[in-house]
Amino acid sequence: MPLKLTVNNEAVQVDAAPDTPLLWVLREHLGLAGTKYGCGVGACGACTVIVDGRAVRSCLTRTGSVVGSKITTVEGLSADGTHPLQKAWDEVDVAQCGYCQAGQMMTAAALLEQTPHPTDADIESAMDGNLCRCGTYARIREAIHRAAGQRMPALRD
Amino acid sequence: MQFNRRHFLQLSALAGGGLALGLYEHPLAYALGGGQPERRDPALSPRAFIQIEPSGKITIMAKNPEIGQGVRTMLPMLIAEELDVEWSQVHVEQASLDETAYGAQFAGGSMSTPLNWDPLRHVGAAGRQLMITAAAKRWSVPEKECTTGAGRVLHAASQRSLGYGELAEAAARLPLPDPESLQMKDPKEYKIIGKFTKGVDNPALLTGKRLFGIDVKVPGMLHAVYQKCPVFAGKVKQANLDEIKSMPGVRHAFIVDGSVRGGPVVDSDPGLEPGVAIVAETWWQAQAARRALKVEWDTAAGSPTAATQSSKGFDDKAAQLLKQPPGHTLRSYGDVDAACKSAAKIVEASYAYPFLVHGALEPQNTTAHFDNGKLEIWTTSQAPGGGRGYVAREMGIDAANITIHLTRTGGGFGRRLMNDYMLEAAWISREVKAPVQVLWSREDDFAHDAYRPAGWHGLKAGVDAQGHIVAWRQHMVTFGSGEKTAPSAGISADEFPSGRVPNYFIGHSTMPLWLRTGPMRAPGANAICFVGQSFLDEVARAAGRDPLDLQLELLAAKEIPMPGEQRNRGGYIFKPERLAGVLQQVAEESGWKNRKRQKGTGMGIAAYACHLGYCAEVAEVTVNASNQVRVTRVWAVTDVGHQIINPSGARAQVEGAIVEGMGHTMLEVTMAGGQMAQSNYLQYRLPRMRQTPEMHISFRLTQNPPTGLGEPALPPVIPAICNAIFDATGKRVRTLPLSKSGFSWA
Repeated sequence: MPLKLTVNNEAVQVDAAPDTPLLWVLREHLGLAGTKYGCGVGACGACTVIVDGRAVRSCLTRTGSVVGSKITTVEGLSADGTHPLQKAWDEVDVAQCGYCQAGQMMTAAALLEQTPHPTDADIESAMDGNLCRCGTYARIREAIHRAAGQRMPALRD
Repeated sequence: MQFNRRHFLQLSALAGGGLALGLYEHPLAYALGGGQPERRDPALSPRAFIQIEPSGKITIMAKNPEIGQGVRTMLPMLIAEELDVEWSQVHVEQASLDETAYGAQFAGGSMSTPLNWDPLRHVGAAGRQLMITAAAKRWSVPEKECTTGAGRVLHAASQRSLGYGELAEAAARLPLPDPESLQMKDPKEYKIIGKFTKGVDNPALLTGKRLFGIDVKVPGMLHAVYQKCPVFAGKVKQANLDEIKSMPGVRHAFIVDGSVRGGPVVDSDPGLEPGVAIVAETWWQAQAARRALKVEWDTAAGSPTAATQSSKGFDDKAAQLLKQPPGHTLRSYGDVDAACKSAAKIVEASYAYPFLVHGALEPQNTTAHFDNGKLEIWTTSQAPGGGRGYVAREMGIDAANITIHLTRTGGGFGRRLMNDYMLEAAWISREVKAPVQVLWSREDDFAHDAYRPAGWHGLKAGVDAQGHIVAWRQHMVTFGSGEKTAPSAGISADEFPSGRVPNYFIGHSTMPLWLRTGPMRAPGANAICFVGQSFLDEVARAAGRDPLDLQLELLAAKEIPMPGEQRNRGGYIFKPERLAGVLQQVAEESGWKNRKRQKGTGMGIAAYACHLGYCAEVAEVTVNASNQVRVTRVWAVTDVGHQIINPSGARAQVEGAIVEGMGHTMLEVTMAGGQMAQSNYLQYRLPRMRQTPEMHISFRLTQNPPTGLGEPALPPVIPAICNAIFDATGKRVRTLPLSKSGFSWA
């Protein structure tokens, strides 16, 4: 039985076991490589995507459990880099190796949907589960502030 | 440091009538400083760094692996500046591995800047000169009347100009300019160098395009996991391969005997580790199958004592060895014992630090395709040239039959100077006769690192009545055999304050280790600076001196020279005035002399010179009643020569070094029963955003050649934090991680 999913506003079907983690369905079945594998245990945040407006760890999310949900990945922010978070990340030149940054942006996107004008404390609390091994945290915080308050596409219906 | 080599330039016409300009020189000529004979190899082949098409499109090749240190942006900036084009005109492409064409292509040792500053600017300047020559000929005017700007040659007198694209075909037919005649820009004219320049990969990165090794996709590619023994180099006795082969998507499952070379000291890349390969249609299928894998291991296959090793055992042995005289003297002058007898004060202490795992966020991976005797590889390696040689040797393939493409890499930190994952992918591809991507799990990464080695140090200093250090003794207990130390586990005979105190002794003792160790960002320095700069702080306190004043006094002391060649620290001469300069500046910027004395708040200072750079840092901490530490502010002043090439990337390296150094104070991996006890980030709590301090970062520009920033800013932050904790609490941290002294992050 194929699984019916809505990813980045597109209805798709994948032929995968329902217990396959969403991360690997995105990467290996749908070819959406922006979402990254880092730890497989929900401890690093590199695989963060948004499901119905909430940031979730796709490495621990059974794909069968998100049938019918609205799933947004980094590719769904915008394909051309025009989403306010992508622009802020570029302008601040956040990335070092860049491997964690898709997950960072997705957590930030969920935060800004809930809290359009977050304080430093709001940001630190929301971003606590996203590791950056290169240590770009100060720039991530700056980029989130820069993007805050701008109009963004809705992450839930 | 001097760069007076000639750089050979060659150009060739592009198909379609453009210009390609290349530089080539033997990688071995990349010696640091004088003394090394220049080698020229007539067999070197040309290769394009610059491509200018008739349309005006300018492509510059990025030669080195991008591991997050910003070289894919910074190195092309050097060429673009001297070529005199607008940065917005430039399209950057990653070069594949071809060291005869590009020179050394590795990411390590903070060497990208010092090795490329001159050569790549020469490439750019030669390109510009060719454009001028071509234009002057076309206009029949003297070359000296021509100028350039924004990718055009201009002739002011006749108000004519031509774009580089229009000149490319003619320029391609010109002989190369004499490298000695090339005109370099006055730095005051720089339009690209020194300007905040965003990463060239930002647009692709931020929209989730395929950039990294894990993203490589080759037609027909299978995915593999490779299960190795949790005890280093243990062999497979038997495994339930039939069951694994029957699992969904699994195409192959087989045992690999491996070929790890034994010996008293384990190499960083000692040969293929034994294990079980599971190859499936998707990685998740291979990984899911691995969960059903049952292997009976011979844990003693590599070494009879492998499975008895433990961190506790090493600690005990080290404590024993520290009580004995060092096994080997590295440097000794004066008479430390006699000087200590007559000293007004003696300070003695033992320091220790643990194994660390690199933990780069992108797990190790490589994609390989062995086909008809030829091997094509897509890899995240920091040292792909070394990897090619390693794979060639271990697999019996001619290196000339191995092609290597470089992907963007999700963090290096030295881990990917080793090439084990590359060898595994190549081996498995040959076995299954298909393109294969090997991807490690995070658990594989924790269990099979080339770890930052643990170490133990005994120190003793004598201080006279005036507070001057009269004797300094250091005994390091490390891993190795006899005089030989394990990779990245040694200490220099010239370790500070060697030559700056009247009586000095440094020696080491070794004990065996059956485990891989290897370089981790600022290898050696990241541990030894903690020890030396913490102990110096202790000595200063005991002597009633300000640690800054004491260190400046040592740096101003007339040096007792090292005998012979030993004085040369890895090819460059330590300049004490540069370290003093950054110390003085960081003291000024942090208000060190006027620092407040408040309960629970402290400041610490430390400095170090490594990887050609000089850095001093001050950390400010608060420590609450529950011994929870918050690093509130860090000031860092770094001297890496006269020019910061990309201020964004340069600052990023220091920011990252500070955060990573904070991690070093709180992290460890420990061994029990020959295995690492930690298996994922849940047990290895890397610093998070809320722990990131306010950072004040400056660069002290000095009349020295530009050098690299990957490493020099990391070591000092560790002792700066520990010294600040002492300042705040009166508790001296002599063993890392801080949890051993009862501290945790706030």
